[in-house]
Amino acid sequence: MKRRQFVKGISALALTPLAGCASTASSRRRQVVVVGGGFGGATAAKYIRLWSEGAIDVTLVEPNPTFISCPLSNLVLGGSMQMADITLGYAGLASIGVRIVRDRAAQIDFDKQAVMLASGQALRYDRLVLSPGVDFLWDQLPGMQRPGAQDTVLHAWHAGTQTAALRAQLGAMADGGVFAMTIPPAPYRCPPGPYERACQVAHYFSRAKPKSKVLILDANDDVVSKGKLFKAIWATRYAGMVEYRPRFMTADVDAAARTAISELGDKVQAAVLNVIPPQRAGSIAAQAGLANVNRRWCEVDFLTFASTQAANVHVLGDAIQASPLMPKSAHMANQHAKICAGAVVDLLNGKSPNPAPMLTNTCYSFVTDREAIHVASVHAWDAAAKTLLVVPGSGGLSGAANEPEAAYAMSWARNIWSDSLNQVR
Amino acid sequence: MNLLIVTLLALAASSHAVALENGQRLYASCAGCHGTAGLDAGGGKLLPVLAGQPKDALAASMRAFKAGTRPATIMGQIAKGYSDEQIEQIAGYLAAQRSTQAK
Repeated sequence: MKRRQFVKGISALALTPLAGCASTASSRRRQVVVVGGGFGGATAAKYIRLWSEGAIDVTLVEPNPTFISCPLSNLVLGGSMQMADITLGYAGLASIGVRIVRDRAAQIDFDKQAVMLASGQALRYDRLVLSPGVDFLWDQLPGMQRPGAQDTVLHAWHAGTQTAALRAQLGAMADGGVFAMTIPPAPYRCPPGPYERACQVAHYFSRAKPKSKVLILDANDDVVSKGKLFKAIWATRYAGMVEYRPRFMTADVDAAARTAISELGDKVQAAVLNVIPPQRAGSIAAQAGLANVNRRWCEVDFLTFASTQAANVHVLGDAIQASPLMPKSAHMANQHAKICAGAVVDLLNGKSPNPAPMLTNTCYSFVTDREAIHVASVHAWDAAAKTLLVVPGSGGLSGAANEPEAAYAMSWARNIWSDSLNQVR
Repeated sequence: MNLLIVTLLALAASSHAVALENGQRLYASCAGCHGTAGLDAGGGKLLPVLAGQPKDALAASMRAFKAGTRPATIMGQIAKGYSDEQIEQIAGYLAAQRSTQAK
């Protein structure tokens, strides 16, 4: 139906005489294609529909039939939540007229302003929004490229089957075993995520397998996020159970032996080995040449989230080269999406975009099944620095882990799922 | 004379619309925790439903968070990121929203 209208629009365009230049924009509906239905892409699709009051057609390209939330997925590992609790869908977006195309974006033709899908279909766009998330740099861990390695040693850094499989490995582990997790050098998706995961696995062990250990092998010099708070929890709630080893730069993995190997040749064997690989912008962005910072991340103009590499293309979420103190997180992707959606609607309406965008970061981590900690900040456009900077005096951390913030964290999850997917759970 | 009044009214209406749109865009940075257009997804059980509340009460709450006179886990830290003018625009936008989900 929509497609027929779109095709009809194209032929009308072809018949419009040249003098009708000004009217061509209004004689056919503006098309936005959003690639990637995670927090960034879903939110962008929703807010472009809302803020254009339905005047802009939005097509969301996403291969997965369901949305599985990375936030709270560590609670599945800890045993206090189930996969069903973090699984949502796209019906809420469809209900406000977002056309959901279950396919994979294979290629982008910038000249023709079209996205080629794996099925062969082409989607023409006036503006393209890419929210491709991250992909893994497996070539930096040669052993992980051997057949079967990635089925034995899991990352669970995209929530989904990997989350459930890692939970099963923990469940099958004998008491007295070691769970070892490797953390790549920053930047990576969700800076506090690995440390929250360590807490959740330790929480599970303290209930079910009290002789077991959690070993954190961190490539970074120190805990990347909420360091004091996490260390206090490890020293009190999980004393003798969690060991933190900084500057362990994982250079290779012997998956069959469940062994992580550092660049210095240190070998650490574990009953369950969880390797969080180094990351870059999702492959569609990288293949299209948009990852123009170290060939890993996509530089954008923070007023609009427009790519600095290609016209009429915007990039959101974990894939971008972040501004100072901006984490790669679901909350940030949701926030990027709203600055971008506002700019896309303004630009397609011939207006100049908001010259002073703002965003906030709010990030909760669960340290047990009922206590949480937070970090927050507010970022505003700085015209001199031409980027988003933390507003001086804003933001901060929890004083200590506490129960009320666990309830706020659950409330946060419910609201951000709803704000992104237009679906209350 | 009439023309002047009409012009002034139109100007006032358009600056009101600009303030509302600024408020809408600014509030979007709050919606991750407080719900799209101020409608808490939890139905107001833990957090208040901000949509449709009086502008003055909303702005006063934010100023109290900012000044640290209203206790909070996180809102004190966040409120410090917004100017008084931005707080007014956010409050004005929220006050103009429906407090129940449109069917």
